[in-house]
Parts: sequence; structure tokens; C-alpha cells
Amino acid sequence: MNLPTPPRAGASTAVQVEDLHKSFRIPIHRVDSLKERVVRPFTSRDYRDLHALDGVSFEIEQGEFFGIVGRNGSGKSTLLKLLASIYRADRGTIRIAGRLAPFIELGVGFNHDLTARENVVLNGVMMGLTPKEMRDRLDAIIAFAELEEFVDLKLKNYSSGMLVRLAFAVMMEADADVLLIDEVLAVGDASFQQKCADAFRQMKAAGKTIVLVTHDMKTVEEYCHRAMLISEGRIQRLGDPAAIGRDYLRLNFEGEGGGETPEAAEGEEVRLLEAVLEGPDGAPVTNLEHDEEIRLRLELEVKRDLPGLDVGFLIANADGVDVFNFGIPVGETEGTRELLAGQRVTVRAVVQNPLAAGRYFVHCGINRAFEGGIALYLQNAIEFLVFGGQQTRGVVHPELRIDATVEGER
Amino acid sequence: MSASTPPKEAAPLREVHGPSALGGGSRRFFDLLWLLSVTEFKRVYFGTVLGYVWSLVRPLALFGVLLFVFTKVFKIGSETAEHYPVLLLLGIVLFTFFQEASTNAVTSVVTQEGVVRKTQFPRLVIPLSTVLTSAFNFGLNLIVVLGFVLAFGVMPAWSWLLFPLAVAFLFVFTTAVSMMLSVLYVRFRDVAIIWLVFAQMLFYATPVLYPIEALGNKTIEHLLMVNPLAVIFQQARVWVLEPDAPTAVDAAGGALGLLPAAAIFVAVCALGVFTFNREAPRIAEDL
Repeated sequence: MNLPTPPRAGASTAVQVEDLHKSFRIPIHRVDSLKERVVRPFTSRDYRDLHALDGVSFEIEQGEFFGIVGRNGSGKSTLLKLLASIYRADRGTIRIAGRLAPFIELGVGFNHDLTARENVVLNGVMMGLTPKEMRDRLDAIIAFAELEEFVDLKLKNYSSGMLVRLAFAVMMEADADVLLIDEVLAVGDASFQQKCADAFRQMKAAGKTIVLVTHDMKTVEEYCHRAMLISEGRIQRLGDPAAIGRDYLRLNFEGEGGGETPEAAEGEEVRLLEAVLEGPDGAPVTNLEHDEEIRLRLELEVKRDLPGLDVGFLIANADGVDVFNFGIPVGETEGTRELLAGQRVTVRAVVQNPLAAGRYFVHCGINRAFEGGIALYLQNAIEFLVFGGQQTRGVVHPELRIDATVEGER
Repeated sequence: MSASTPPKEAAPLREVHGPSALGGGSRRFFDLLWLLSVTEFKRVYFGTVLGYVWSLVRPLALFGVLLFVFTKVFKIGSETAEHYPVLLLLGIVLFTFFQEASTNAVTSVVTQEGVVRKTQFPRLVIPLSTVLTSAFNFGLNLIVVLGFVLAFGVMPAWSWLLFPLAVAFLFVFTTAVSMMLSVLYVRFRDVAIIWLVFAQMLFYATPVLYPIEALGNKTIEHLLMVNPLAVIFQQARVWVLEPDAPTAVDAAGGALGLLPAAAIFVAVCALGVFTFNREAPRIAEDL
């Protein structure tokens, strides 16, 4: 698919959401039978309110591909169900221009005891078309889904791939003005995916509005003009898909990645007080984005007078592959020579981050200078996670420039 | 493909109000209702080897047993009603429709959970389509009843034209009950069991097994006529089989005696519509 082109300026609004609120009452003690209600008419009515959506407002223009991302439980499914009129909002308004394909998942209306032919009609009628319109479109749908030989086969005998293809074809042909799509772009084999991409392009050309809900940031960046990040029922950010993608990843990995740091390790000459990965503000973090500098800090206490120390770091990935190492040679800075008992040494390293997304470990080695030998070796002193960046083979993904030129006649 | 048509003029923004019993346009409502009822009917009767025969076997078997019991063992039927066997059959077929439709409707919304939670469509379609599916059965069964009626020598009469009126009342009543039960079941699973017992009680409180005059007790007759189903059944009997049998008005002891039944009928209908309307927007959340 081509790079997204922004919708034409001044396009009319297709979806308008204003100050949307939705909360669910979660019974602390679920009343499932009349008896319970009769026996304990009052005590059993304890609810706690779960605010799934808390004042959400946004607009989607006609012809726009709009992505909605968020972690599980962020409220994005609730939002989608409100847009699809499956739930009723507590407060706020939703306005939609034209007909909406009210399907949250592909193929929900399918009856597995009926044939594809019957299901196509049924599904179309659910989307608001007449049975006749659907029968007229049947051939096109079956052709799009590449299921010509199976029209009269009951759906229970279909493979899951065939089902999804059929459902997708019905949705494409239903000719709705606004489509709600939940995680369905990656269906079928390569040729069917190409077909879907082509169909999307056609829909775009026809001025259809598509609201896409997904976890997959690649899809959002590839298809969407704009995206919206929801967290805890509120809009965190709305705008450029690439920026949203980064925010989403950050949100996802918040507080994740750090493993167990070794107990304050102690050798005969030095004791480790702290070994951490730092964020730009100096606070300890457990993960960082690709391209964000790796900041390591190590604090040691010297236990006896030493002529000098050298400190080395080794970064290895989760497969045990050593990626690179670095260190401070002895005597290079004052913190590494002529140390007295009781002194504290702080080692700080800032490393440009070429690491591909994944989990990494930092091993530390502290050597006795001049005397030789290892004073302290810390396996897995720090564990951290790198996220973002392009998917790549190999363990590093350095910043690079690449270009190809050609000479001679065309 | 349809999506390749040139961009059309933007449709105006319209506010959406979430799910409801009827929302989404009447044409779509009836298309959907018809399609769902027909496919369900087809599924049941083309999915089994003997198909439609099964839906006949049940009322006919019941008919056979009851006919034997009440003509050979107790003899109450054969002594009072002129055409007791056909009266019994007609009553069974009418009641089977009511019972089958309402019993299937109880669990219908919950059975369709997947669809309810994931798509938007007029919620009323679900219980209504189960009633309609039963109505198809009922229609076919009526043809069989007609055969028996003629075979037993009942003469066609002008009053037969009034029979659809009785059926219409029965249909409306059944629909109202089904609407109410289907949404109540979403919240209270006990409804299924309660209804099973209650429907059984209703069967005996309706003159199906016995001609009403066989009771020989005016007070009980009046009491029976509080049941709207009893009124409908009694009138059906008068109109179709025995013009001389006591009408509902006679059995109730005057037109005033029918007031309670009429009140219950209206109340059940109003309650059905009210509960369904109130619960419809929240069904998807409560499931």
C-alpha cells in the first residue's frame, strides 16, 4: 500500500464524539438468582463503578483512516462498542455521517449451520441492506473471498481462513460509509492480503472512513492518517501515527524489563552499592527506546587502600551473545587510581544505543590494577529492555545512511 | 465492486443513541426478523431426517395419550363435548404454540450472546424470531387440525372467519410474554425453571383437557375465565367447533366477568413492552 496521503482539506466530518462517558457497574457480589435477591435484597447491591471512558472527544474526517490504540483495558473496545451502538453511553454524544458497518469482529453474525450463500444474505441484512441487494452482490462477494467452489457448503465445514475471507468480503461489499475494524488486517495468505490492501485503497478513493483498532503499531503507521492513544479511559495523545506509536510502546513497557539486580555484592577489596540504568533525568529505569542513550551508573565502596581499579562492562543479549564491551582503563580518571579505604567511587557511562529491540544484560567486571586479578565480577548486574526501532535481523541496528546511484543511459 | 464508485456527497451527521429494541429502521427490522425466523425454521426441519414430522409427532402423541385417558378412563370429555377429540387436538396445538414459543424465547437472547455482544441490531428481533419460528410450526399444525376437523364431521361455518382473531390475540399474548421472559433471563437465570413450572400450571388452568362445562361448577368457571388464554381457547372452540358451546362471556358470567382477563392481557402486553424497552440497551453489558 502507498504511503498514506492526508485527507483533502476541508473534508466534512464523518464521526463526531463529544465528551463521551461510560462506566460499568461491577457487582462486588454478583446476584444471579432471584433467591439471593429475595433473601438479601439490600446487602447484595454493592457495586463499584469502573470508568471505562472518561470524557472522550474527537472527530474523524470523511475519508480518513483513523487508528485507535491502547493497552488492554484502556477503554478502546468500549469506545468501539459505543461507536457501533452495542453499548449506550452514560453521557456525551456520538454523531455519525452515513451508514456504519456495525461489526466489531469479522463474521459474528455467521450461523455455522447455514451455507455461505445464506450467511452472506443474513450478514448483509444485519448491516442494513436488503436481502435482494445482498443476493445481487453474492457473486462479487464469493469471488472476492475466492470461495466459488464452496458457496453451498455449510460454514461449519469451513476452515478459519475461509471464514475470515468470507466475512471480510461481505464487509467490503456492504458499502457502508464508516467501517469499524478490529485487528483484522493480517488475515489470509499473501495474495489475499494484497487484495485487502487494494480494496482499502479503493475504499479510500471512494471516500470511506475507516476506524481501525489494533495493537500492532506497524499497521497504524502504515495505514492511518491519524491515530489516537487511549489510556485509562482518556485520550493520551491524538495526531501523527508515528508519534502515537512511540508513546504507545513507552506506555506498554512502563515499569517492565528490569530483572532482579544482584544483591549488593562484595569482594575483598570493593563492595557494590548500586548498579542501575538511568533515564535522562537520572532516575532509575528498566527499559529504554531504541536510539535513546544507555546511561549506566555503578557505585562502589572501597574496602582497603588500592593502587587502582579498572572497570569493564559487557552487554549481552538474551541469547547469551556478547554484543559489545567497554570500560575505563586504570589511571585514566581520578576515580580509578590511588583509592583509600572507605572512599566511594561512582562510575557513569553514556553509550549511544545501537541495540535492536530485545532484552539485554550488563555484566560488570572490576579488576585490581597493577596487582592483577578480578576484584569483583557481577553477572547480570543490570537487566533492561530495548523497545521500538525497526524490526531487524541481528542484534544491533545502528544509525546509518544508505544510498544507491546509477550512471549511464536509462 | 461497489466501493469503487466515485465519492458521493457527504451524508449529514446523525446522532446515534446506542442499542434499543427497535432501532435501525423498520425495513431492516422486518428483513432481519423474517430471515432469522425462516433460517431457524429451515435449520430445524432440514437438519433432521424426518424434518417437519417431528414437530407434529409431539402434539399428536400427547393428543393420543390424552384422548385415551379422557375418553376411555375418565370419560369426562366424551360425555360433555360434541367433538371432544378435535377439541382436544385444537387445544393442544394452540397451547403447544404458546408453550414452545415462550420456552424457546426465555433463553433466546442468551443463546444469541455472541451476536448481541458484537453487533448492533434491533434487539427485539431475537425473541420475536423465536415466536415467529414457532408460528410457522403452528401454521402447519393447523392444517393437520383442519384435516381432523373435517374428518370428524364438523361442518364449515361462517364463524370460522373469526378464528384468526383468536389466533391474533394468542400471538400478541405469546409475544409479550416472550419479550418479558427473554430479557429477565439475562439477569435472573431462575426464570427458565420458574417458567417451566408456570407454563405447566397454565396448561391445566386452560380448558384444553376438559370442556369448561364439564367442571360443573360456575364459580370455578368464572375463576378460570380470569386467565386470558382460557378466554381465547374458549372462543376458538365456539367459533370453530361448537357454536352451541358456552362462549367466554357465558363462562365468565357476563361481559363484566371478562374484565379481569382483559386487564391481565393488557398488563402483560404493557409489561412485556416496558421491560424489553428498558433492558434492551443494556443487554450487551449484562450478558
